[in-house]
Amino acid sequence: MPKITMNINGRETSTEVENRTLLSTALRENLYLTGTHIGCDTSQCGACVVHVNGKAVKSCSVFAAELDGATVDTIEGQANADGSLNVIQQAFQDHHGLQCGFCTPGMVMSAAELLKVNPKPSEAEIRDYLEGNICRCTGYQGIVNAIMAASGQDVPSIAAE
Amino acid sequence: MPDGGIGAPTKRREDTRFLTGRGKYTDDFTPQNTSYCAFARSQVANGKINSVDMSAAAEMPGVLATFTGEDFVEVGGNPAGWAIVSRDGEPMKEPKRPVLAHGKVRHVGDAYAAVVAETLEQALDAVEAIEADIEELDAVIDMASAVAGSGSLVHDEIETNTCFDWGWIEDNRAATDEAIKAAPHVTTLELVNNRLVPNALEPRASIGEYDPGTGDYKLTTTSQNPHLSRLLIAAFVLGIPENKLTVLAPDVGGGFGSKIYHYSEEALVLAAAKKLGRPVKWTATRTESFLADAHGRDHVTKIELATEKDGTFIAFRTETMANVGAYLSNFATVTPTFLHGTLMAGNYTVPNVYVNVKAVFTNTAPVDAYRGAGRPEATYSLERVIDKCARELGMDPVEIRRKNFIKKDQYPYASAAGLEYDSGDYDALMDGLEKTADLAGFEARRAESAKNGKLRGLGINAYIEACGIAPSNLVGILGARVGLYDAATVRVNPTGNISVMVGAHSHGQGHETAFPQIVADMLGVDALSVDIVHGDTSKIPFGMGTYGSRSLAVCGSAVFRATEKIIVKATAIAAHMLEDKPENIEFNDGVFSIKGTNKNVGFGDVALKAYIPHDYPIEELEPGLEETAFYDPANFTYPSGAYASEVEVDPETGKVTICSMVALDDFGVVVNPMIVTGQVQGGLAQGIGQALLENSVYDKNGQLLSGSLMDYAMPRADDLPNLVVDHSHATRCTHNPIGSKGCGEAGAIGSPPTIVNAVVDALVRGGHDVDHIDMPVSPSRVWAAMNK
Repeated sequence: MPKITMNINGRETSTEVENRTLLSTALRENLYLTGTHIGCDTSQCGACVVHVNGKAVKSCSVFAAELDGATVDTIEGQANADGSLNVIQQAFQDHHGLQCGFCTPGMVMSAAELLKVNPKPSEAEIRDYLEGNICRCTGYQGIVNAIMAASGQDVPSIAAE
Repeated sequence: MPDGGIGAPTKRREDTRFLTGRGKYTDDFTPQNTSYCAFARSQVANGKINSVDMSAAAEMPGVLATFTGEDFVEVGGNPAGWAIVSRDGEPMKEPKRPVLAHGKVRHVGDAYAAVVAETLEQALDAVEAIEADIEELDAVIDMASAVAGSGSLVHDEIETNTCFDWGWIEDNRAATDEAIKAAPHVTTLELVNNRLVPNALEPRASIGEYDPGTGDYKLTTTSQNPHLSRLLIAAFVLGIPENKLTVLAPDVGGGFGSKIYHYSEEALVLAAAKKLGRPVKWTATRTESFLADAHGRDHVTKIELATEKDGTFIAFRTETMANVGAYLSNFATVTPTFLHGTLMAGNYTVPNVYVNVKAVFTNTAPVDAYRGAGRPEATYSLERVIDKCARELGMDPVEIRRKNFIKKDQYPYASAAGLEYDSGDYDALMDGLEKTADLAGFEARRAESAKNGKLRGLGINAYIEACGIAPSNLVGILGARVGLYDAATVRVNPTGNISVMVGAHSHGQGHETAFPQIVADMLGVDALSVDIVHGDTSKIPFGMGTYGSRSLAVCGSAVFRATEKIIVKATAIAAHMLEDKPENIEFNDGVFSIKGTNKNVGFGDVALKAYIPHDYPIEELEPGLEETAFYDPANFTYPSGAYASEVEVDPETGKVTICSMVALDDFGVVVNPMIVTGQVQGGLAQGIGQALLENSVYDKNGQLLSGSLMDYAMPRADDLPNLVVDHSHATRCTHNPIGSKGCGEAGAIGSPPTIVNAVVDALVRGGHDVDHIDMPVSPSRVWAAMNK
């Protein structure tokens, strides 16, 4: 089996994978990074989004064996150095952008990519960008609000009942 | 009240682990020496199993064990949880649902064999090597032909495809018929409540473990309801003693009903773990979820509404065919009956209601409760036929509803469909809706849309649901085979912090944050000193899990009752410490005081004393501070609401765009408004999904055409508008101690008719002769309706 070395969340990591092993499987099964979730088998749901060489990728759509030498960032590496939630994660908590939590890692990773390429997205741009990430719990309202907030834009406080 | 008590929009503590990738879902567990299970599933909808030859599969690399239906002939089947009696007094038909199909396969995806191997890939390869001789038979797919009985049978031994033919309330049938016959106006509507796939984002998964040293089994599984799974596996399916089986439901990635039930895969991994003496894991692919999870809805209905000329309701009469699929899932029989028929008076003072439901076996996946479970079907039928009636009578849709609403001074109100509503104020909700949704401004917005070439429509409706499921004595009379109480143990630890073990399971609902708010409120302690334990049958009291918007109303009430007991016991301890009688002690904000004095002792000191009882009057006072309560509700709860939506229809394409969605709900007392808002928004998304996008379609041979996320249209972020939610128009539930009614399903119940009413309104205002379009209201259906 091919041995690959990737920089995962800032650490050089080696593992052996079969040629047919997907990155999502390698992360979960070989490296115990189970924060990356698998919600479908057609690359539709987005629960497995990670960053490969700085770009958001559905990790079920690439073979791990292709990624020798790549830099991979997953949800486990997103918090601040002191362990506190980063701006996007904190905004998801503040604006109730998650319920069961299963889509959440992919949502956070997609949101990070969006804000990198478009630091002040409009609501419509956020909704359009999240086309590849399915959430069955929230109706997306809290997620959209969270991403607006994380980009420094005003959102109506959902807690203002 | 301390910060973070009842009513506080406390941020969720569970979010930290989910946001950092540290949630632990079933598939995230891989015990040492785990082996992997894969299933062989039928590719035909109806087939006679002539033989299943596992010999080649068994020789494949890494294969440890193989199973077929033969291996489970001697054990039990997965039972139906609710017995329905037909109008003629006959019990419902209850064919056996085996662990693996035996003799016949009955739907595409029906598992007939399983392989366990060292790796998942080896198990999947070995499944490919199974030699199965399955003779395809004609499939029974369409409900009308299934009932007509001219074709095949799904279950030969019951000699019919009709599971039951139920009337509610049968004694009201003649009077309802008479009233409709004599009525000055009758509106009739035939409609389909489309079949849906719940599609919780986490696919089902199960890990079976067996310890040969102790004889203990452990099942880690994606369940909303771990005690029910344990009970069914123990008492009906495998006969494992309950005390030897622990069921764990760790973090669960959504349920929406589909994870209430016990599924065969759970039994299989336990049986395989026993056989192999090592852990056995199975995780569904999304394809398996589509094929083998319980689906939802799938009703074909004719509803009639009889009225006076002025729009006063006289009678509702409903005939429904409800698809139960190939086997009876655990709550398949109660969903189209008591969770549907009993709601067919809606929010209205109608004197006559009669509902007939025929449940039909077909060669499709089992159908069971999905978010709302029967109540969305009831609401959709009622609120669609009322809209049609209003149009026929030339009445405003708000006006006709208001004319017939139960008024706030009429509670408790005995509905013509057999329920006693305890509280509500539907006019107040409608008043609020008129303001929040700015109904008066619609005409101007419509003119604006028209300038852009779009047809704008307004849909409004009311809904009521029965939640807080359910009073055991009542449901027992109606056929339930389980009680529907819930339970909580409040354990005050010696250092004063608190562990609360609950029967309800949290898989997105935020119990870990909301339940402590109740305890904190009552004990005057910091909510963060209270932790919730759930999802582990070895730790929690026997509870009935999470579904039917019941967690807060039923399990929350158990938490409340157990906390009351804690206060009684702690008061006795405080009295001992203060050398006075308990009746002289008062408890406020976490401090026990002798009335009228400044002699007091804090809750923390009382907790410590409870566990270090060196000077106790041991005859009078037991050490420890731990109490359990089982709470059985006195009635259902009755959340209600008024919803409005505006849509734009593109006349060129038939595409519907939702411009606004406003939901006003009465949930009684709200413990955490942030979480409640999120629950409603999620429900709305599923209701809008049903109305506009989602449809589970089988072809005539029983192949699932919508069997992947590429074929089944899940709502995405850009399909939905901003969702405006308001739960400030609340009337307290009168019979549970918190006063809460339940909020989990409301959005999915109330919103489908809102959307369809709005689309029909848009077309009618646009000059089209349309009175109904079935869901999902897709561009092609809208276009066809405009161009018929």
